[in-house]
Amino acid sequence: MMFVQQIDWYPVILSVRVAIIATIVVTCLGVPLTRLLARREFYGKDVLEAAITLPLVLPPSVVGYGLLMLIGKNGLLGKALADVGITLVFSWWAAVLASTAVAFPLMYQSAKAAFKSVDVNFEKVARTLGASEVRIFFTITLPLAWPGILAGLVLTFARALGEFGATLMVAGNIPGQTQTIPTAIYFAVQSGNNAMARTLVGIITVFSFLVIFWVNRWAKKQSY
Amino acid sequence: MLEASLTKKLWHFTLDVHLKVDNQILILLGPSGSGKTTILHLLAGLSKPNEGLIKINDRILYSSGKKLNISPQSRNIGYLFQDYALFPHMTVRQNVFYGLKSKSHKQDRAAMDPVELLHSFGVGHLVDRHPGQLSGGEKQRVALARALVVRPQLLLLDEPFSALDRNTRISLRHEVKKLHKHWQIPFILVTHDEEDAQFLGDITVSLEKGRSMDGSLNVVSCN
Repeated sequence: MMFVQQIDWYPVILSVRVAIIATIVVTCLGVPLTRLLARREFYGKDVLEAAITLPLVLPPSVVGYGLLMLIGKNGLLGKALADVGITLVFSWWAAVLASTAVAFPLMYQSAKAAFKSVDVNFEKVARTLGASEVRIFFTITLPLAWPGILAGLVLTFARALGEFGATLMVAGNIPGQTQTIPTAIYFAVQSGNNAMARTLVGIITVFSFLVIFWVNRWAKKQSY
Repeated sequence: MLEASLTKKLWHFTLDVHLKVDNQILILLGPSGSGKTTILHLLAGLSKPNEGLIKINDRILYSSGKKLNISPQSRNIGYLFQDYALFPHMTVRQNVFYGLKSKSHKQDRAAMDPVELLHSFGVGHLVDRHPGQLSGGEKQRVALARALVVRPQLLLLDEPFSALDRNTRISLRHEVKKLHKHWQIPFILVTHDEEDAQFLGDITVSLEKGRSMDGSLNVVSCN
């Protein structure tokens, strides 16, 4: 009990909350978008795909800088939001935004591969049987692509949980407000609080390991 | 009665099809790449011709002149895919019921009891299995039942025997012939096997790059 009491649980709770919300946002935006792009060829698709994947390879600080230009006090969106009394920067919602931007390409890549792996003949035969496109998506395409999408979900969650660079730039490191596990670890080490750092490192490592382990086992059982 | 007159530009040749089939079995015979599967796709509405007309029993399914293109969902054409395309995540029962749950078939009283149909095909005992647990011949029977449950007005069969061993092939050929007698609708069967063609075909058309050997693919049948 001593061990549990001496650490501040706020960063843990905030990190999990940010990661869950970011995963939901990424899934709700990413899966339909990927489906729309997956079997369609149009002018400029390569450019769009490259842009979607870019945050995966850019340093998180660059993504953070880009987000600051967007939601900062003088940013494109930031100004408009300030007019209605909303400030995103240095709130925990900014951390959600940072995690979403950085994790989005992971979902895109996983879902893209998952949709491509579904044999188009299943969809064609369903059409000849009279099924609407919406019904086909929910009864054929999505269930068959689900293991791959779930993999994307886990990667997204893990990436969002561990987001550091972009989060620090747009949400800062305000204890009790925007401090997540990764930023708390960094500043604990900086200030010589090794006990705190060790505990948080342990928590995030074990937690991430368990999530990946469980999902891999589940996916193994799902193959047809 | 099916009447179709279609052209479709493919990248290496132009498909030019004129078909008129009563309640017969039409065989499209030809090597791969001769456009056989494309013809089935055009009839089923899975791809769009450049121009032409498709009519089944006086119902127009496609007409470039009238700018009419009925969706595959509403064409009521059964399609047996080469690899059968049974939904792998569903049981045999769910596969066969799939077409009945579609809006266009819900009120259709004419639709038949799928389980009875499976029994008549000799695969009634497999209703709770998944496609991965079936043999090739069993898969084909289930796929046939799935296609016929919605009472199609035309049945398309794409290389139905190519994935089967010789014995299964011969017995299924007989079954398809029997099935055709029973259902009294036009069947169009694509194959590259001349034995299939001789045994099953009321009319046989040999295809080469979208044209029949004797000029344009022009089939007019009479009883």
